[in-house]
Amino acid sequence: MSRPHDMGGRKGYGPVAPEPDGIARPAAPWHRTALALTLAAGGIGAWTIDRSRHVRELLPDYARLSYYEKWLAALADLLVEKGLVTRAELAAGRADPAPLSPRAFTAEKVAPALARGTPYLRPGPAPAFATGDRVQTRSPAENAHMPGGHIRLPGYAAGKTGQVILSHGCHVFPDTNAHGLGEVPEPLYTVAFRSADLWADAESPADEVTLDLWQSYLAPA
Amino acid sequence: MPHDHAHDDHAHSLLPSDPALRVKALETILVSKGLVDPAAMEVILDTYERKVGPHLGAALVARAWADPAFAAALSDNANAAMQALGISGRQGEHVVAVENTPATHNMVVCTLCSCYPWPLLGIPPGWYKSDAYRARAVREPRKVLAEFGVTLPAGQSVRVWDSTAEVRYLVIPMRPEGTEGWDQTRLAALVTRDSMIGTGLPHPADAP
Repeated sequence: MSRPHDMGGRKGYGPVAPEPDGIARPAAPWHRTALALTLAAGGIGAWTIDRSRHVRELLPDYARLSYYEKWLAALADLLVEKGLVTRAELAAGRADPAPLSPRAFTAEKVAPALARGTPYLRPGPAPAFATGDRVQTRSPAENAHMPGGHIRLPGYAAGKTGQVILSHGCHVFPDTNAHGLGEVPEPLYTVAFRSADLWADAESPADEVTLDLWQSYLAPA
Repeated sequence: MPHDHAHDDHAHSLLPSDPALRVKALETILVSKGLVDPAAMEVILDTYERKVGPHLGAALVARAWADPAFAAALSDNANAAMQALGISGRQGEHVVAVENTPATHNMVVCTLCSCYPWPLLGIPPGWYKSDAYRARAVREPRKVLAEFGVTLPAGQSVRVWDSTAEVRYLVIPMRPEGTEGWDQTRLAALVTRDSMIGTGLPHPADAP
């Protein structure tokens, strides 16, 4: 299947252009509004980060859209999906005035909510793997719960063998949570792979890439 | 293409395609429906344009350089160490600090989207979110480093951390030589944003 967001290892891109140090500056004025509007709408609490990532991934023109264009397109899709905005309102570019909803992310909620974030650590099953264990990732990198669904195993790391180097406890499982199938927490590990085991033309074979991987992506190797 | 429900019709195509017009239309709709508070948008912008940025990560790194007990605590439980400096929040709920050594240089990417430790470094710079960085950092990190002016010494391996979950990585660069006895404010001025992503190195002690 086509996974335009799964960019790791793709060839054909030009150089990376560094930017000045310090707080990143918006490249266009509308970027500021896109950032603030997306976070303010996210603060309503109608969707999870997993759902919003997946809706971005489903954009048919993902590869053509810039970063904040992806945010805006996905925001519109999420608002309609969750019944907060109608297609007629999007088409008209306006909506009937209404008082501020009790669900709205009001100014006084912002600082505490941003400081709190959304921790993803959960109680869950004991880990099957220990640091130092050799593991193999499953292949192909496809969601086992929803055909074509959200998954956080990049294609370049599918079917590869690495070593567990960190164990993070149980985290919310995006493959289910993005589809309303529950948080279903699983043990999460950081797994290190040798470049030579990922790429046929490794730049420097002893270099490593690590990925954060849920237990059901892994089998003993 | 396999799809789950609700997106075959892609509601966003009803909006203007020009992004400046699109964001204005969405803002108008959400504010007039009472779903978005314009004052909240101002607080969000004030937070990420003036308050939260790489100076926070730099303070953490400087303290780790100056205080071995803090460095050990940071390595053991980064979020608890961050709390000691009043740092916490969205996109930094589960932080792991990874320390550069003469043997290993660390570098962070998110190939699947653009995950980044916001409470420590702020909004990611454009290049971090670019297709080129996401594609190339895992395959040819040394070529990418060269584009940032970084050439690693022979014998130092590269470990690239692809942030595929809600764990966020902060690189602790090596303390520059010649900074013995420096206080944390002076040390923090050497710590660049890119040195905490791993695409840069801190300023040397004798930088102008």
